[in-house]
Order: sequence, then C-alpha cells, then structure tokens
Amino acid sequence: MSLSRMRIVISLLAGLCLTYVCPVSHSQENYFVTYSHQMEEPGNLELATRSVSGFPHGGNSFVGSVLELEYGVRAWWTSELYLDGQSTANESTLFTGYRLENRFRPLLREHWINPVLYFEFENINSADKSLLEVVGHDGRADFLSRNDRSEKKREVEFKLILSSNFKGWNLSENIIAEKNLKAEPWEFGYAIGISRPLSLVASPNPCRVCAENFSLGAELYGGLGDRYSFGLHDTSHYLAPIVNLRLPNGPAFKVSPGFGLNSNSHGMLLRFGVSYEIDQIMSKLRRK
Amino acid sequence: MKNGRLLIAAFGLILVPLLLAGTGDGAWMTKVPEKDRQKQSPFDADPRAIAAGAKLFRQNCASCHGDEALGREKRPNLHSDRIRNATAGELQWLLTNGSLKNGMPSWSRLPEPQRWQIVTYLKSLQ
Repeated sequence: MSLSRMRIVISLLAGLCLTYVCPVSHSQENYFVTYSHQMEEPGNLELATRSVSGFPHGGNSFVGSVLELEYGVRAWWTSELYLDGQSTANESTLFTGYRLENRFRPLLREHWINPVLYFEFENINSADKSLLEVVGHDGRADFLSRNDRSEKKREVEFKLILSSNFKGWNLSENIIAEKNLKAEPWEFGYAIGISRPLSLVASPNPCRVCAENFSLGAELYGGLGDRYSFGLHDTSHYLAPIVNLRLPNGPAFKVSPGFGLNSNSHGMLLRFGVSYEIDQIMSKLRRK
Repeated sequence: MKNGRLLIAAFGLILVPLLLAGTGDGAWMTKVPEKDRQKQSPFDADPRAIAAGAKLFRQNCASCHGDEALGREKRPNLHSDRIRNATAGELQWLLTNGSLKNGMPSWSRLPEPQRWQIVTYLKSLQ
C-alpha cells in the first residue's frame, strides 16, 4: 500500500472512530515536558499529537512531532506509546522511532506531594527531534548537523514525578535519569511546571470558550549533565509559558512558546498539541 | 552484566507499585477522616451549583456512571443508599482521593469548588 493511500485509510478510520464510536471527553495533561500525578482514567484512550518547532542559528528549522496513545490500564497505572517523527527544512522528513512508557502511582490517596514512578523504553535514532525532555548536555549544537539516522538509541528513562494540587494550582516537579543502553553514562534532567485554571468555579450554562475551560501555566526544564559531569555546566534550559483550552466533550489544545535561558539553548521552541480522549474505549468496542 | 542489573532495576520499579497497590484501601467510607466527613458544601442546595455540577458530571463522570448516574456495566449506580446516606464531606473526599484500587480515579485535578459543585448535584439526585 502506498504511503498516500495509507494516510487516507488512517484518516478515514480515525474520522469514523471519532464520529461514531468514540465520543470524546477532555484530556488532562497541562504541560508539554513536565508530568503531573494526573493519571489517565481507567479504560480511556487519549490520542494526542505534540509538535515542537525550532529555529537553530546556523542550522535548518525543524518540526519534531509525536503521536501519542495513552491508555488508563488501572486508576493507578497509565501506559503510553509514542511514535516519533520529524521534518527538517531543506533536508528530509523521517520516522525516528518509538517509546513505551508506564507510570505508576504507588500511594493510593491524595497527599500534599504525590509521587509517581515513571519508566520508559525508547528505541529512536539520532535524527530524533521530538524534545520530549532535555537531559545531560543536550543543546542547540545537536541540531546543527544534517539529519542522520545512523546511530540507534535504545534508552531507558526513569522519572520521579512529584506533584501537588492546592487551591486550584498544580505544582509538579520531575527528576529525570536517562541511560543509553550502549555503555553511555547516565544523564540527568529536571522539569518543573505550575498551572491554574482561569476560573475555579464552573458556570451553570454550557460554554466552550469560557474561563473555566482555559488554564495558564509555565514550565521550566533543562539538563543536569551526566554521571561524570553533574551540574549546570554545558547544559541547556528553557522557560515556557503554556496556554491550554479544553473544549467540553471535544478536543483539547495547548500552545507553548519556550525561551532558551543560556547560549546552549535554542533561542525559541514553539510547541503545539492537540488531544482527544476517548471514553471507555474497550466497552464501546465490545458493544459494537 | 550492566544491562542485566538495569533490567532487574526496571522490573523492580514496575513490581513494587503493583505490590503496594495490592495492599490498598478497601471500603472507602471507613477511611474518610472525621474532619473531612464534617465538611460542608459552600454551595448547599444552590440551584446554580446543581446545574453547574450536572454539567461537570456529564463532562467527567457520565462515561462511567451514565448520564443519569444510574451506573454503567460494573460502575456503581449513584442513586444508591450509600451515596444517599453519605455526607457532602464524604463525597468530596471520595472525589478528591478516588478509590484507585477499585477503579475510581482521583479528581483532584478539578478545582475544589468544582468538586463541591458535583457533590451538590449528587446530593440533589437523592
């Protein structure tokens, strides 16, 4: 099957699914890089795309994209599959690999600080530009060479997610450790996010573009070096405000311009995401 | 050898929460702290809060509990004696904490006033 025919079939299937099988509800992720302790509701499937555009000085502009399928296995266990790709101006458009991710909530009640354990396996190549996190000495220089898929990266990544909800605010902190299984050192990173809905009280009337459906926030993320050179030296860091709009029983949109905080960082990264949450997908498929 | 250790660590990280989850709470009502049980809804029976709660219920809860809160598949009917007899504070506690072991997620991502609006709606059903 040719690529264009495959795209048409996939689009039709997605359209049918979204129209007839899967009424959508809103998704809940507030951030692009930072994770909160919010898990996917059990039985729900979230389909999302996230893209990041970068404009490195001395290199070609790029758009890195991921297609994300997130499923709530249990109320305390969320599983995800990511398919990564990228397109670089004057170069090429590439599929760059996949990631499998699992998140577990070890404590079953709400606390001041709620920990979540995160485990991910990545099978990507060196052309990947999805920038789902920044670790080690990742920086602008990595994006200056031409697309090169020759290096396979099989990596494991662990995160300790700490997250709190207080008076409508969410504050989340992630500590990241990543290791290429090919005898490279552990790399470290961090992400911190804060967000709040524009209105804490829902209006009695149905509304789509109203304050209760918007949330504003910001995230700060960057690398912390590796096992042999831990710290801020030769690392990159970003500060990124975020605007979220969740349409009731519809898609959620988020946009975030990220600003590089030092000379190793990209000057600006522009992120955009759309997500649909399909309620109780297995039950719906069983009923059909 | 190094990869072997890494795999063991990864399995450990997956298994520990599974084991911890297996020892989770049982009947949620018995777990509600007294101070939470006594909490009063700031909306009482305000009809605007009931309407807002109904809207939030349809957006967030109806996929499991049904549009009329009568339950769906194995998900509970909320017109039950347990919900009827529960205090507003107990329902608020359940929405905040969930009952993760039994499949009820935590709704702490909704701001507290919105959770109270849902509770107000649930109490209006009885």
